Amino acid sequence: MSIIVYAESLNGKFKKSAFEVLSYGRALANKSKKSLVAISINADDPLKLSNYGPDKIISLKDPKLIDFTAQNYANVISEYSEKENISILILSSSADSKYIAPLISVQLEAGLATNVVSIPESLSPLVVKRSCFTNKAFNNTTLSGLINIICVSNNSFGVFENPSKPEIIDESIQSKINSCLKVNSIDKASGTVSIADADIVVSGGRGLKGPENWHLIEDLASVLGAATACSKPVSDMGWRPHSEHVGQTGKPVASNLYIAIGVSGAIQHLAGINSSKVKVVINNDPEAPFFKAADYGIIGDAFEVVPKLIEKLKAFKS
Amino acid sequence: MNILVCISNVPDTTSKINFTEDHKAFDVNGVQFIINPNDEFGLTRAIWFQQKNQATVTVVTVGDSSCEPILRKCLAIGANKAIRIDTSAKDGFYVATQLKSLCEKEKYDIIICGRESIDYNGGMVPGMLAQMLKLPFVTNCISMEVIDNVVNAKREIDGGIESISSSLPIIIGAQKGLVEESDLIIPNMRGIMQARQKPLDVIDPVSSSAKSSVEKFQKPQEKESVKLVASENIDELISLLHNEAKVI
Ligand SMILES: Cc1cc2nc3c(=O)[nH]c(=O)nc-3n(C[C@H](O)[C@H](O)[C@H](O)COP(=O)(O)OP(=O)(O)OC[C@H]3O[C@@H](n4cnc5c(N)ncnc54)[C@H](O)[C@@H]3O)c2cc1C
Ligand SMILES: Nc1ncnc2c1ncn2[C@@H]1O[C@H](COP(=O)(O)O)[C@@H](O)[C@H]1O
Repeated sequence: MSIIVYAESLNGKFKKSAFEVLSYGRALANKSKKSLVAISINADDPLKLSNYGPDKIISLKDPKLIDFTAQNYANVISEYSEKENISILILSSSADSKYIAPLISVQLEAGLATNVVSIPESLSPLVVKRSCFTNKAFNNTTLSGLINIICVSNNSFGVFENPSKPEIIDESIQSKINSCLKVNSIDKASGTVSIADADIVVSGGRGLKGPENWHLIEDLASVLGAATACSKPVSDMGWRPHSEHVGQTGKPVASNLYIAIGVSGAIQHLAGINSSKVKVVINNDPEAPFFKAADYGIIGDAFEVVPKLIEKLKAFKS
Repeated sequence: MNILVCISNVPDTTSKINFTEDHKAFDVNGVQFIINPNDEFGLTRAIWFQQKNQATVTVVTVGDSSCEPILRKCLAIGANKAIRIDTSAKDGFYVATQLKSLCEKEKYDIIICGRESIDYNGGMVPGMLAQMLKLPFVTNCISMEVIDNVVNAKREIDGGIESISSSLPIIIGAQKGLVEESDLIIPNMRGIMQARQKPLDVIDPVSSSAKSSVEKFQKPQEKESVKLVASENIDELISLLHNEAKVI
C-alpha cells in the first residue's frame, strides 16, 4: 500500500503547493510506514520533487493534458492511484485540486476531506483536522473509505526539504478525451501575482475612497512582490475586479503576510483571511474591528502612512 | 427547460459560531439560517432562465423539516416548486447520492449547485453529483448562457478566467459573478403569498452510507492582542516584519 501525492504544475513549473503537499505526504508516509509516490503531469523537471522525499515519481507526459481539464486529470489520477494500490491520495486546496477531488472520490469510492490543516491526528481510524464555517472553526473528521483523499489547505503545513533518491517512471500517454466540455480560451491576468499563489497579499478597502487611489495598493504590492486584493464593497462598486474580492463570499487567502489598508475588518472579510499567518492593519479608526484580528497595526491615515511605507520598504529592499 | 437548484441551509454570515458543550454539534441557539450565498446566486440565474426561456425551476434540499423556511423563501423568490429529501445531511457523499437519485427520476437540463457551502465548506457535493451522473461540470462558474442547447460558460481560475462550451445537460458550481449582489431578488408580499400555494414535496431518502463523519468541533485559539506601531515609526514596523514575524 502506498500514498500518492499529486504535484501540481502550471506551464511545466511546479506550484509551491506541490512541494507543500509532498512534504505533508512525506510526514504521513513516515508515520504510517508506507511508501510515497508523487505524480506529475507535464512537468518540465520532475526531479525537482526529489528534494521533498518521494520514493517514486511518476512523470506523465500527455499532449492532451497541456491544458487543465478536470475530467481528464481526474481520470488519469484515478487510474494511477488504482495501479499503485494506494490507501491515501493527497492533493492541495488549489482551485484545480478542489475541482478534481470530488470527481476522483466517486471514481475510487474514496472518502474525501478538503481544507485539511494538519497531519492526521490518528491513522486508524483516519482522523483529520479541517477548517469549516469559512475558517471560523475547525472540525475533526473521520474518513472511512478504503481509500481516502486529503486536500491540504495551502500554507497550513509548510514546505520541508527532505532529499531522496526516487525511482523515476516516465510515461507518455495519450488519454482519451471523453468530456463534452471544451475549453475555448483562457484569459490570464498577465504579470501579476495571483492571490492563491501569493506569499504576500496587499488589500484595500473602502477607506481608500476611490479607484484613483489604488496606485497606493499597487505600488506597495509591487515593492513586496505581492498580489493585490480588496474588500467586497470595493469590487461591488467596480473599483476593482471581482477576482480580487476576498472574504467569506470571495476568495480565501492563506498567505504568509496580509496587509489590509482602509478595511474595517467585518466578520465576513476576516473569515476569508483567517488562515493568513501574519496580518497587518492600517486604519485611521482605532475602533476598527480589524485591530482585534491583526498581529501588527498602525492607527493612521492611509494617504500619509502608505507612501512612507513604500518609500521605506524600497530603501529596505535595496 | 428544466432546472434544478440545490440549496444548502446555512447559518447567516454574521453568526457567531458556537458549539454544544460536548463540542459534538453546532449550537443553533439564536442562529438565523439563510440560503447558502453561492446557491442564491445560482437560484437568481435560474429565475432569469425562467423569465427568458420559460424554464421550470425546482429547488431541492437534503435536510429535516427545519430547512423548510428557506425552501419557502426560494419559492417566494420565484422557484416553481420545492423538494425536501427528508433526512439529515450526513456528509457530501451522502447528500450527492440523494440528489443523484432525484436527478435520475426527473430529467433536468441544468443542475445548479453552489461552489461550496459556507458551513461545511466541502466544495464536494456538485463534483460528486456530476461524476455520479457522468455529466459535464463547471465549478467557480461566473457566467452561463444557453443558446440552442449549447452552453457557453466562464469559470474563474487562479489568476484568470476560462471560457468553456458544453452541451446540455450540465452541472455548475455557482458563485458571485454568475449574477451580481445587486441582482439578488428580495421576495415581495405577492411572492410570499404565492409561495404558500406552491408545492413543497417531501420525499423519502434512498439508502446510502456516508464516507466521513464529523467527531468534534473546535474554535480557533484566542489571538494575542495586536502590536501597535506609531505612524511616525514605520521603520519599526519593517523591522518587526523582518526580524520578528520573518515575513519580509
Ligand atoms: C452575506 C454577506 C457576505 C459578505 N461577504 C463579504 C466578503 O466576502 N468580503 C468582504 O470584504 N466583505 C463581505 N461582506 C461585507 C462586509 O460586511 C463589510 O461591509 C465589508 O467588508 C466592508 O468593507 P470595507 O472594510 O472596505 O469598508 P468599510 O466598512 O466602509 O470600512 C472602511 C474602513 O476604512 C477606514 N478608513 C477610512 N478612511 C481611511 C483613511 N484615510 N485611512 C485609513 N483608513 C481609513 C475606516 O475607518 C473603515 O474602518 C459581506 C456582507 C454580507 C451581508
Ligand atoms: N443538504 C444539501 N441539500 C441540497 N444541496 C446541498 C446540500 N449540501 C450541499 N448542497 C449543494 O452543494 C453545494 C456545495 O456544498 P458543500 O459540498 O457542502 O460545500 C452547495 O452550495 C449546495 O448547492
